[in-house]
Amino acid sequence: MNEQQQQVVAALLATWQHQPGALLPLLHAIQDALGWVPEDVVPQLSQALNLSRAEVVGVISFYHDFRTQPPAAHSLRVCMAESCQVAGAEALSALAGQQLGIREGETADGQWQVRLVYCLGACACSPALQLDGQLHVQVTPERLTQLLASSREGV
Amino acid sequence: MSALTLYLPQDSVVVAMGADAVADALQVAAATRGVALELRRTSSRGLFWLEPLLEVEVAGVRHGLAAVQAADADSVLTALLAAGAPMHPKAIGPVAEIPQLKRQQRQIFSRAGLTRPVSLDDYQAHGGGRGLQRARTLSAAAVVEEVLQSGLRGRGGAAFPAGIKWRTVQQAQSASKYVVCNADEGDSGTFADRMVMEGDPLLLIEGMKIAALAVGATQGYIYVRSEYPQAVATLRAAIAAAEAAGWLGEDASGQTFHLEVRVGAGAYICGEETAMLESIEGKRGTVRAKPPIPALAGLFGQPTLVHNVLSFAAVPGILADGAATYQAMGMGRSRGTLPFQLAGNVRFGGLYELAFGPTLHELVNELGGGTRSGRPVKAAQVGGPLGAWVPLSDFDLPLDYEAFAARQAMLGHGGVVVADDSVNLGQMARFAMAFCAEESCGKCTPCRIGSTRGVEVIDRILHKQDTHANVALLHDLCDTLLHGSLCALGGMTPYPVQSALRHFPQDFGLTPEEAQP
Ligand SMILES: Cc1cc2nc3c(=O)[nH]c(=O)nc-3n(C[C@H](O)[C@H](O)[C@H](O)COP(=O)(O)O)c2cc1C
Ligand code: SF4
Ligand code: FES
Repeated sequence: MNEQQQQVVAALLATWQHQPGALLPLLHAIQDALGWVPEDVVPQLSQALNLSRAEVVGVISFYHDFRTQPPAAHSLRVCMAESCQVAGAEALSALAGQQLGIREGETADGQWQVRLVYCLGACACSPALQLDGQLHVQVTPERLTQLLASSREGV
Repeated sequence: MSALTLYLPQDSVVVAMGADAVADALQVAAATRGVALELRRTSSRGLFWLEPLLEVEVAGVRHGLAAVQAADADSVLTALLAAGAPMHPKAIGPVAEIPQLKRQQRQIFSRAGLTRPVSLDDYQAHGGGRGLQRARTLSAAAVVEEVLQSGLRGRGGAAFPAGIKWRTVQQAQSASKYVVCNADEGDSGTFADRMVMEGDPLLLIEGMKIAALAVGATQGYIYVRSEYPQAVATLRAAIAAAEAAGWLGEDASGQTFHLEVRVGAGAYICGEETAMLESIEGKRGTVRAKPPIPALAGLFGQPTLVHNVLSFAAVPGILADGAATYQAMGMGRSRGTLPFQLAGNVRFGGLYELAFGPTLHELVNELGGGTRSGRPVKAAQVGGPLGAWVPLSDFDLPLDYEAFAARQAMLGHGGVVVADDSVNLGQMARFAMAFCAEESCGKCTPCRIGSTRGVEVIDRILHKQDTHANVALLHDLCDTLLHGSLCALGGMTPYPVQSALRHFPQDFGLTPEEAQP
């Protein structure tokens, strides 16, 4: 972390440190501010919250949301839970992999991360996905192709 | 300058269907014509096949225009500026007359589509706040009694009587107690919690405040999954509004109740209540062994009332109208209403709040209009990823906790996922096992490792390898999961797996006899 990032983390610690159960809100805040949770925040967190480093690392690795690597430029999260599956999610995930030339969870030259998620709460309009944080519903293969194309142009 | 008031939902799914673009286009079209447009962004009615549903009030009646897109803004505005009911190809007449809405018995969702989510004025003008008002005139014990008499059972899945839980927390001796709302809603096919939080957050806040008064809690948490960013933002805004109005914080009578939103981090198991409590405490979301029950030793070891969003949301109505009114709806031991969530491959997908008791056939075929693909309905998974696949032959089953339990199925959170005949239930059973493996908290061996083995066993069956032995192994494994798991993730994964095997052996390449345990 550079000095500016360290200051950001210190400020977040000052805000949250004394709240009960502060670790999750802190990890979210750090990831929101820096884009990821760098390994070198672990000693800081463990000291401030009076936890062992193993406990902090254990929490970070337990939850799917926390990234220990910088994020790719674009993220695609395809819902694969039952409601979306029965409405064609499998085809969407296959199409995304094919068009972006990457497998689930991989980032090709830092551009894309594709992840499977389980339910976005849009099941009345399945299949659903999130592209760069934005929800899209009743997604057809044609629509996904369009979305990926316009997203690529925006790179 | 003429003036026009319109209503358009801001529910996240409706926004995904283009509502914000419609709003912008309407503003532009209005400005061009010199019309002062007041566009009120409301909650959604939950009739998603009609969204974005634009509404206008004509002589006290809300008229609708369905599936409005930005390109319609100009022609829609012309229609709306003419006197009387809007004449436009997208006009659908009075919204309350839509058959799928008319049939509903909306209690929790009585304000859906009518009010702006964070407006206290809208909330009170449409009946909000009366429950808390009445609760304040009663003793804590009387409030608990009211909840007990209503027959309300927890809506998060296990359907435990709410009043008994309230009484346990109330009678626990402790300096500090908590009220915690489980808003982790991870089940596929469910979105009612999200709609309450995004659409009528003050209802949840009112329910939690009544609960806090009744059990003597001063601090509350709402644990919302991170997949619901708009719910998080709306709840935070609503909490701020409620604080400003003196509903939260220290109120006029000197009672204190603070409420805070905590955001999950992408783990299905954190919907299990003890895993959720661990997560709020800042730990890994692993399941705690019970006893002690959370009502006696929950968050930070203190007595804690944990309920689902829909359970808390039912409370203001119960207090406002009395337990007897609520108790009068439903069937058997399932009292009141459940917001059924119709999803998957279904034509009229959306939110159907009904008193317990209608059949799946009525819900899926009559109200839901069958599949969206137009192919025959094959089955419906009821109650989320841990719920059974119900075949057509059981579609006459009334939606009631006991009736479902009697057929090795469950209602859970009220989600119904419809599948057509192109879906292979052998593959869905495999997915259920894979999901269990992916989301296991890791405490129990059958759940952690058995689920991975389960995927392999199903694969072998699907590939016709040593079928007889592998079917026996799968049943054995399901038995172990059923009896040897600490929580329902491992304990109920056999429901989707064995129901698929029992009712659709052909999808595994088996005859009914071969599929038998
Ligand atoms: C794996 C698993 C996931 C669960 N997910 C949720 C959930 O997302 N929301 C919820 O309210 N209850 C969920 N539950 C049930 C809770 O453990 C608990 O019974 C419920 O929150 C109690 O509230 P109620 O009395 O209002 O039902 C889940 C249970 C299990 C075993
Ligand atoms: S059944 Fe699975 S999720 Fe539940 S406690 Fe055991 S290992 Fe954890
Ligand atoms: S299952 Fe995909 S949004 Fe719910």
